[in-house]
Amino acid sequence: MANTAVGTGVIGTLATKFRTCPATGLQVDLAAQRLIKANAVAAVVFLAIGGLFGLMVALTRWPAVHLLSSDMFYLVLTAHGLDVLLLWIIFFEMAVLYFASAVILSSRIAAPRWGWVAFALMVVGGVMTNVAVLQGDSSVMFTSYPPLQAQPHFYLGLILFAVGALIGCFIFLGTLVIAKEEKTYEGSIPLVTFGALTACIIAVFTIASGAIILIPTFLWSVGYISNIDTLTYKLVWWAMGHSSQQINVSAHVAIWYLIAAVTVGAKPLSEKVSRTAFLMYILFLQLASAHHLLVEPGLSSEWKIVNTSYMMYLAVMGSMIHGMTVPGSIEAAQRKNGFTRGVFEWLRKAPWSNPAFSGMFLSLVMFGFLGGISGVVLGTEQLNIMMHNTLYVPGHFHGTVVAGTTLAFMAVTYLVVPLIFQREIIWPKLAKWQPYLFGLGVAGISLFMMGAGTLGVSRRHWDNAFTDALLPYNYPDVASLMMGLNGLSAIMAATGGALYVVIVVGSILFGKKVDATNAVSALGPMPKKVVQEAVSKYGSAGTWHLPGTYVLVAIFFGSFVLYYFVNWKYLSELWPMQ
Amino acid sequence: MAIHPPQSRVWWNEPVAKGELVWIAIAFVWGLIMFFMMIYWHYYGKQNLSSEVGRVDLAVYEQKVIDFTDAYTVREEGDTGVPVVKPPVGGDAYMLARTFEWWPILELEKGKTYRLHLSSVDLQHGFSLQPTNINIQVHPGLEHVVTVTPTEVGSFGVICNEYCGLGHHVMTGRIYVVEPGQGG
Repeated sequence: MANTAVGTGVIGTLATKFRTCPATGLQVDLAAQRLIKANAVAAVVFLAIGGLFGLMVALTRWPAVHLLSSDMFYLVLTAHGLDVLLLWIIFFEMAVLYFASAVILSSRIAAPRWGWVAFALMVVGGVMTNVAVLQGDSSVMFTSYPPLQAQPHFYLGLILFAVGALIGCFIFLGTLVIAKEEKTYEGSIPLVTFGALTACIIAVFTIASGAIILIPTFLWSVGYISNIDTLTYKLVWWAMGHSSQQINVSAHVAIWYLIAAVTVGAKPLSEKVSRTAFLMYILFLQLASAHHLLVEPGLSSEWKIVNTSYMMYLAVMGSMIHGMTVPGSIEAAQRKNGFTRGVFEWLRKAPWSNPAFSGMFLSLVMFGFLGGISGVVLGTEQLNIMMHNTLYVPGHFHGTVVAGTTLAFMAVTYLVVPLIFQREIIWPKLAKWQPYLFGLGVAGISLFMMGAGTLGVSRRHWDNAFTDALLPYNYPDVASLMMGLNGLSAIMAATGGALYVVIVVGSILFGKKVDATNAVSALGPMPKKVVQEAVSKYGSAGTWHLPGTYVLVAIFFGSFVLYYFVNWKYLSELWPMQ
Repeated sequence: MAIHPPQSRVWWNEPVAKGELVWIAIAFVWGLIMFFMMIYWHYYGKQNLSSEVGRVDLAVYEQKVIDFTDAYTVREEGDTGVPVVKPPVGGDAYMLARTFEWWPILELEKGKTYRLHLSSVDLQHGFSLQPTNINIQVHPGLEHVVTVTPTEVGSFGVICNEYCGLGHHVMTGRIYVVEPGQGG
């Protein structure tokens, strides 16, 4: 483990210590490594807390269990959204940004001390907002729509957290500048770093939107501003709330490419196509605020149509492109690895026992089929009226953020632990099953909530039976069944999630040290690498032939079209409205 | 690999293989179809949410709903004390959202078109008509006029599906739909 010191550069003047990664040969800046570790650990802590809250929510909505009291339910639901949607994901993304810049480019990290300032702000902010929620008088849900009002430190915590994340983004950008300046790589930045750059650019937009709306809302909560316009709040809040989900998409797509590269040696089919697809995200995803305003009074249909479709679905096109090029690059690599028989040998013989690969592939499939298709349907102007604020909405976003993003982050952890923490995964046999357990559980959560939403069941609602309502209403009986199945799925997902936390924490504390002797085997089972040189020569215009990928995308496209028009059929049966 | 810089420095000139191009073309055309589907539905579909809306003072809206209720109440709902209001056929009907009720109960005739006014006098609420599954967001200070034609008779629940505080789950209302000329 050679430590070397380099001189000064354009940003920062500290001498930097590196080690050479025995598995990849990359130069790892130890300051960057410490920051990655800290952010990843914080992420896992908040995942554990927020995941437990999520289980409690699901068990309360299961009519036969009805775990929590109503006050506690709304409190826990607010905390669940905060801890997993915001804290777990953004902390992990900070680790991803530092990894994709400093480590992948073998560069020293920009201003590592500011990295610790960012980390401290994020921890203080995250804890502060959690305290506000747990004190019980800020049960305003994660979205905190005014005139519903939380305690001032609810908003203040979010602002501090956002400022920290913004500093992290600039450290990422600064590191790119350093790497370019000090010529740590040649040519263009790698695709994974490009994806992370996409995430970072969207993050800056997102955080700016958050500041624009949360700062006045904070001032309103302490009494300096008398009124917050409810519609403007939603418009700007969702420029943060939805766009931040596009940070996640960019980050987890970058991770798909990363895991495919490390585990099977995949190379992008075409750099140009994959990078253009990322560019579509930057150009159009910010319009997604409209997804939350489709049945709102006071906005024109023209505005809704242009915005909700990300300008004629150009960003959806970006995701559909990744949906083909990621499995396509895996197929190409596997065929080079020698799995050429039939249409699907490459897929059957993929390293399914490596949790990094299986988690990544499940994330890819479920993000497309569950989160992606439902998201487009939900975001169609007229169709939204059948789903707005029903359980269909959380059903959709558990397909994107949990089955997609969270599962991809879990998968990449199985590489980060050996590469950055330099520890072997303890209990590899158990780790092998973790992505399946969690993934199938989340698939159930997503599907059964969408099912309940189709039956009209409201989201964020304590009592499906309307026991204390003056004018009670009964949902169809099958809705209770859906909520029961959702509860069972949540138990399964929570078990998978707990397993992840235990394995990761256990590995970091007690895992066998990784050095040159076990550096590659610590990354888990992989196909024999004919790959290394074969695929690195793989040209995008080569004579490749990917029948398996064509079949997969054909199935996807068929499901998409069918489900889309089935929903228009349902809409046509609704009471006429103009 | 995706973790290395592109193989050739001038990667943006590399030709793209046919399979990839075909998929991109399909995705692009499908996007256009979905985009124009929404526009098409505005001309040929029957379910489009009205964009008729006006700013209204909270107290003014409350008074409008009270006046409407006083004028057209036909009975009270059981022992709940909630009035059941039958608006003139084809006319304006009002509902008011407040923590934690939808008020009053409406009785509409099947196949007749009404101008349904929705607004809130405190927080944001949700208008979720069940089991029809029509869901509309309601803002304080914005009076939304939805032109709607019930197509089936029965008792319909109005559920608040925008979280509005600790009594959110008891916030309900009701709309009855009767055959033309009946009820009252």
